Amino acid sequence: MTDVSTEEQEAIRVAARAFVREHAPVSHLRGLRDSADPLGFSLDLWEEMARLGYAGMLLPERWGGAALGLPELGIVAEELGRNLVPTPLLSGVLGAGAVALGGSDALRDELLPAVCKGNRVISLALDEGVRFAPYAVNTRLERRGETLTVTGEKSFVLDGVAAGSFVVAARTSGAPGDRDGLTLVHVRADDPGVTTFALELVDSRSVTRLRFDGVVVEEGDILGTRGVGADVLDRVLDGGMAVLAAEMLGGAQECFDRTLAYLKTRTQFGVAIGSFQALKHRAATLFCEIELTRSLVAEALRAAEDGRADAPELVSAAKARASDTYVLVTNEAVQMHGGIGVTDEADIGLYLKRARVSAETLGCARHHRDRFARLRGY
Amino acid sequence: MGTLDAFRDEARAWLECNCPASLRTPSADGDDGVWGGTKSPPPSTDERSWLGRMADRGWTAPTWPRAYGGGGLSSEEAAVLREEMARLGCRAPLKSMGLWMLGPVLLRYGSDEQKREHLPRIARGEVRWCQGYSEPDAGSDLAGLRTRATLEGDTYVVDGRKVWTSHAHLADWMFCLVRTDPTVPKHQGIGFLLVDMATPGITVKPIRLLSGASPFCETLFEGVRVPARNLVGSPNGGWEVAKAVLEHERTLISAMREARSNEGETVAAVARSYGALEDPVTRDRIAQLEIDLLANRLTMKRAAGGGPLSSALKLCGTEISKRRYQMLVEVTGYKGLGAGGNEFSRTELHRARGWLRSRASSIEGGTSEIQLNIVAKRVLGLPD
Repeated sequence: MTDVSTEEQEAIRVAARAFVREHAPVSHLRGLRDSADPLGFSLDLWEEMARLGYAGMLLPERWGGAALGLPELGIVAEELGRNLVPTPLLSGVLGAGAVALGGSDALRDELLPAVCKGNRVISLALDEGVRFAPYAVNTRLERRGETLTVTGEKSFVLDGVAAGSFVVAARTSGAPGDRDGLTLVHVRADDPGVTTFALELVDSRSVTRLRFDGVVVEEGDILGTRGVGADVLDRVLDGGMAVLAAEMLGGAQECFDRTLAYLKTRTQFGVAIGSFQALKHRAATLFCEIELTRSLVAEALRAAEDGRADAPELVSAAKARASDTYVLVTNEAVQMHGGIGVTDEADIGLYLKRARVSAETLGCARHHRDRFARLRGY
Repeated sequence: MGTLDAFRDEARAWLECNCPASLRTPSADGDDGVWGGTKSPPPSTDERSWLGRMADRGWTAPTWPRAYGGGGLSSEEAAVLREEMARLGCRAPLKSMGLWMLGPVLLRYGSDEQKREHLPRIARGEVRWCQGYSEPDAGSDLAGLRTRATLEGDTYVVDGRKVWTSHAHLADWMFCLVRTDPTVPKHQGIGFLLVDMATPGITVKPIRLLSGASPFCETLFEGVRVPARNLVGSPNGGWEVAKAVLEHERTLISAMREARSNEGETVAAVARSYGALEDPVTRDRIAQLEIDLLANRLTMKRAAGGGPLSSALKLCGTEISKRRYQMLVEVTGYKGLGAGGNEFSRTELHRARGWLRSRASSIEGGTSEIQLNIVAKRVLGLPD
């Protein structure tokens, strides 16, 4: 649990906004996309951001981290989201976060300093199906004689091409869908038997499919306790979902700001189109939706940071609402931009693509409303 | 910090001694409680003495100056008092349009004479006020109002008709908007006038609503003579005063919706008891609603009311609240259709009435469409 003053948080926001404006405006994403960059992000830029503390924001100082909390990381994510900056920020919360929580001392000392410097990415390899379902794990961690092996397939792994290693959710007992019987294990990307297949996504981010064919691991690679990996998993997922919701909020806000500016400058019938009530009311509705979502995102980040009992339900509320808001705002933004809105030249469509991908990532709105309802006892 | 802690201790001790035990439970309905005035006295002796004790300390209007019957507290102290009252579960000693809407505006725009005459009586709950704004042809276009106030010497003669005056039949005084000058643009020729409801020429008729209740009235003015000193602000400057009142009203409506939304039953619990939760679509809609209620509550806390954001809060709050009432009757099925009689439980009837009442919330105090206009203009800066 951290306690950072609002002045410090404001300073973090100002610094992040200035950095992004100078080094990573939306044209940065375009450049990566147009050159078909295999990583989907710039390693140089990420190392630069690591020097500002973004790569190891949540990690303790002993590994070179900034020892800040989720609310502060959420501020950075929001600013990155405003400019659609592709970074492995989320993997820092998910994969590296799992190592920090459950890894052996040797593993942590080896990996986390490099994570904080921005030159190692640890991805979480969890999903196996066509949508987010955290316990639907069929990948096996098995003992064959003296050796431990990992076998299975992962369908949607963030930053998989750049990853030096993976935190793999594997099953040691039970059936797919069970929360019990999950074990998290660290697997190196260059281990024999690991194959990656890059996915080309609409938002130009790097996501991969992975196959593990009897990859040999050791006892020391197991994170946390065998069979109860879900304890670590749930914690890093809640943090990751809240941070992703913050990134989505930033994207929705920027997309809305740009649309508002367009409504004030684009003229038709001799007047600014923002003077038409049909568009005014829609803009005002979007403003309200964004403000409601903003309140939930801030509360979810705070609750998850403090480990409050209501954190999971707040995180799901925030991710559900952020997904709906981002998709609504970007759909409306494209429509209100008219013809230019559906061209590749205009940035606004890039937000629409990112909204769709991030809405699906770590659970769509329906998934999170279902979880919210279950947590509330219905 | 030290003095605030001392104030907290003092307030807590005093409240524990002075708030009757019967008034430390939630009231059954938002309209219950003490509204003051000569026509609706406190319903019980406990409520009467609770009001008297709080008024003696000036704590019915904690931040008003002592000279006008208030408590002279800083906003920090008033927040502490609210927290301590909430901790003990103390009900508000007085609910009143005078307290919430007229008072703050009189403090800002009223003459010293007007403040001395009206504020102490509001704070003591001796006078109940109603608001005379809307007219048959001036609803959303409020500035198009036509009730005429003609100056004759030192008296205004008022002729016209007001509608949707909440509880006019129970009020002692009305603050109202009148046309002081029909020759200038409509926003400029409006005065803000305080009228004694006992003045000859005033007729009040309650209006029956969808829910069967009659909280609103129609008020007729025929040659009503009002002293000119009862005008607040300048003769043509009433619109500015009226807008200030409306901001207080919007904050108030969202706060009251919010309070009612949180009372008692959750939609999920009601849905379960009527077997509606088995439907996955219904369950998803309930979760969506509960998430929005949560978001709205957090937003109110973040914005702390007031200013142009009050329009956004009023808009979101009433729209979400309407959805809640709609869901409540939907999950209740046939049992949510009752208008009276012995075939329905009290709760079921209450639920149906609540649903019908809720339809007014996005119309009163400026419709949702008007709030959207205000957000577009004042918050987003979109052109006319």
